[in-house]
Order: sequence, then structure tokens, then C-alpha cells
Amino acid sequence: MREVAVVGCGMTKFGELWSQSLRDIFVEAALKAIDDAHVDHIDSMYVGSMTPGLFIGQEHIGALMADYLGTASIPAVRVESACCSGGMAMRLGYFEIASGHSEIILVGGVEKMTDGADVTYALATAADQEYEVYHGITFPGLYAMIAKAHMYKYGTTRKQLAMVSVKNHHNGAFNPNAQFPGEVTVEQVINATMVADPLTVLDSSPVSDGAACVILASMDAASKLQIPLIKVLGSGAATDTFALHAREDITALKAVQLSAKAAYEMAKVMPTDINFAEVHDCFSIAEICIIEELGFTDKGKGGSFTEQGRTALEGPIPVNPSGGLKSKGHPVGATGVAQIVETVEQLRGAAGKRQVKNARIGLTQNMGGSGASSVVHIFALQK
Amino acid sequence: MPSPRYHREIPQRYRLEAAKCKECGRMSFPPRRVCSNCGAREFEMTKLSDHGKILTYTTIRVAPKDFENQVPYNVAIVESENGVRVTTQVVDCKPEDLEIGKRVKFVFRKLYSEGHTGIICYGYKAVLI
Ligand SMILES: [Zn+2]
Repeated sequence: MREVAVVGCGMTKFGELWSQSLRDIFVEAALKAIDDAHVDHIDSMYVGSMTPGLFIGQEHIGALMADYLGTASIPAVRVESACCSGGMAMRLGYFEIASGHSEIILVGGVEKMTDGADVTYALATAADQEYEVYHGITFPGLYAMIAKAHMYKYGTTRKQLAMVSVKNHHNGAFNPNAQFPGEVTVEQVINATMVADPLTVLDSSPVSDGAACVILASMDAASKLQIPLIKVLGSGAATDTFALHAREDITALKAVQLSAKAAYEMAKVMPTDINFAEVHDCFSIAEICIIEELGFTDKGKGGSFTEQGRTALEGPIPVNPSGGLKSKGHPVGATGVAQIVETVEQLRGAAGKRQVKNARIGLTQNMGGSGASSVVHIFALQK
Repeated sequence: MPSPRYHREIPQRYRLEAAKCKECGRMSFPPRRVCSNCGAREFEMTKLSDHGKILTYTTIRVAPKDFENQVPYNVAIVESENGVRVTTQVVDCKPEDLEIGKRVKFVFRKLYSEGHTGIICYGYKAVLI
């Protein structure tokens, strides 16, 4: 397979973008990425989106976006894997270049969640309708049950959960695209409105509109562009039992572990080689489980690792320098691509006040449902 | 929910019917065509034990529309005595009564109704014993 580089990136601000439509925000992010890469065409397009059909009644958005980007005629398709639709779109785009089929393509993600749809219902379609949702469970509820089990098995504390949100809001305060850039305290997180015990609204990522895009190119095509190249070192994806209750260990996110293992092997790097990571903190407990599965700390130690500041912006392995889903916002289909946008900016040394020191190798981890699908990518600045 | 879709799940929701792999003995609930443990495709019909224990739980305070009139309500992952795990409400108790490891029994209850003219949805719930 050929080597692939990320040569351009762009995103909209995340938030309640009521003056813009689904196509508006996608095209805004796509044009930013195209202009950033200085490319004059794209060969094809992958659009990650979870459920535009339920959010705004619009399907078939691969063709819609190609048309409004002024590129009608190129192959364009929507990719869906719940909340990791964006990360999976990246994986398919990566293989299209790596296989030698295309030279320059666009990978994007988009979601419009605040146009008035029943968001709880739409998101719940990523869980088992007949055997989870039928019984009244919600996504916060599923992650709350993971949190309870993690606290019981490993002694993870309520404060440690809150520290994830405190850290991510601190980082997000430096991100001009973040939906909720304000700082929060441990007390504010713990005393916020309870959603599903023990998780409060400040343990939870928000409902957001937003889009993010990157341009991928073969090394041949990339080297002709006078820009810093971010090489894709590895791509891994995996699945797990669909329903949370069917897992042998409710605190384990096996798809995350397997997708990371595949990406590490392909990239020929170890967890200790990673300088920073953007991970899927849809709820505070998710980040704690994910950093364990990525091998940044031992199983069960994610809470204390966070509490000790090891994942802070100044710590040995900064996690979610962008502010993560919690502070930056979580337009579900856009999230996986926005993680890559942040990683590119960090590796270019262009992340401003949230810049990670000595950022040479970055990892992105994007997850669907309660962990039934996960995708991991590893990137490095090409010297 | 359209009635054919509801009707299809009745054996599981009303009677806890499950499938047991003839090759390795793993129970599937709901039944599957392929055993998730050994890949075999031959099953015999059986039932979940109606006794089990709580593996983890939560109390839902922000609910989907159909369940809004029930908040707060408890949901748990329960492991039946024959090793199958399900997501289910735990009722007839307060949130503070729940604990990991506590024993429960499945009972047949109404889960929710679909508006004023929709179907009434039934199924299993758990109660503490
Ligand atoms: Zn079997």
C-alpha cells in the first residue's frame, strides 16, 4: 500500500448554528480544507454523518455535498457508524488513496442536531432498539452503568470522573471553535443536574451542529504542494457486542483496545511513543476507559491517572487538547474528522495557546454507540 | 412501533424464550442464527431463569419521550442464573435500594404505552428479592 498524507484541514465553529444549514456548514469546512491544502480538485469524497435522516429528514448527503461543493460528477458517499461515522469515513478515504485508486480526496464529517429533532431518540438508534432502548435506557444511562461498574470494580471516584470534564473545559477555553469554552470546577460538575446517576449534565458532551473536513493525498501528489505533510502512520478499526449488557466485562471497551492494537501495529509504534491523543469523551467515564484501552495507563487506573494530571495539557500524555467532545462540542458525524483537524494543527505547531509541547506523533480515537465500534488513527509530522 | 415488529419479540418479552447452542451450550437471548461463542448454527429452545443478580445500574432522570412520565426510574444490567445478561428496569424500590450484586426476579409488567391510541408495550422488569 502507498503512503498517505493529510495535506489540508478545516472546520466550522461547533455549536448551535441556527443561521446555517447542513449543506452550509459542510461546504464551509470543505472550502477551508481545500484552501488550506491549495489543491485545485478532488477525485472523490467521503462524508461521515450519523443520522441526517432523523435530525433534518435528509439522506443521500454524499451527492448533496458534492453538488453544493461544486464538484458534482465525482464519486461521493456517506459513511455511517453512529458517533464514529467521521473516523470511519477517514479510514475508507485512507484506503482509497493507499490502494492507488485516487490521488487527492476529501474526507468530511457533518451533523445538524439543533434544528428541532428529538435528539435523545435519534442518538438512541445507535443502541439496540429491541433489547436496550425498549426498556427505557438512554445513552447517558448506558455510560452511567459503565461508570457504576468501573467505580465498583476499581474504586474510581466521583471526583476523578469530574476531573475529565474540568481538564477538557480548561483545554477548550483556548479553542476558538469550541461550543462551551468556559472553565468548570469539580464542584460544579458533581452538583450539576443529574442525568443518569452518577453522571450529571457536566459529565456529558453537548448537542451540537458542526462540520470538519480534511484533504488526503498520496505522497507523490502531496510532495508537489508546498505545505507541511502530516503522514498517516496507522489505521485500525474494530467492533464489539452491540448491546452493552452482552459484554463479559462491562468496564472494558474491547473495540477500542482492538482498534488501537491494529493501528499501533501498522504504525510500528507503542503507546509510549504517542505525544498526545484526541479521544471520544462523549461522557467523562468514556475517556477514563479509553485511556486504559489505548495503553496510556493500566486497566482500572484511568481515574487516578487523570486525577494526577497525567493527561493534562502540560502532562506526559495530553488527552483532548482541543477540549474534546465535552467542551468543543459533539456534532456526532463531524467529531471523528474534527479530531484529525486538531491533530494536524497540533503536529504543525499551529494550535496556539493549547499547543502540546514536542508534538511529533498524535493519535485519534473515535467510537460508536456504547463502544460497539471504534476507529483509531495515528499521525506524524513528515520531516 | 408497528405491530408486526412488536409481535415478533413477544416470545422473548413475555416468556423469556432463549436459544441454547447444541455445540457449546451458550445461551443466546434473543435467539441468534449463529452462536457468538463457537459459530455453530444448531440451537434448542429454552428459557432464561427468572432469577438473577444486578451487575450494574443507574437511575434515569432525563428520559426518552415514551418514558417521561416514569422518571426517575431504575435501569440495570441483570445476569440471570443461567448466565445471560439483559438490560431491564428494576421496579418497586427506591434508587438508593439498588446495589451491585443484589438478587432480583423477573416479573411481567407494562413498560410504556404509545400515546392515546397506540399499542401498550409489555415485557419483563426486575424486582428485588
Ligand atoms: Zn456455541
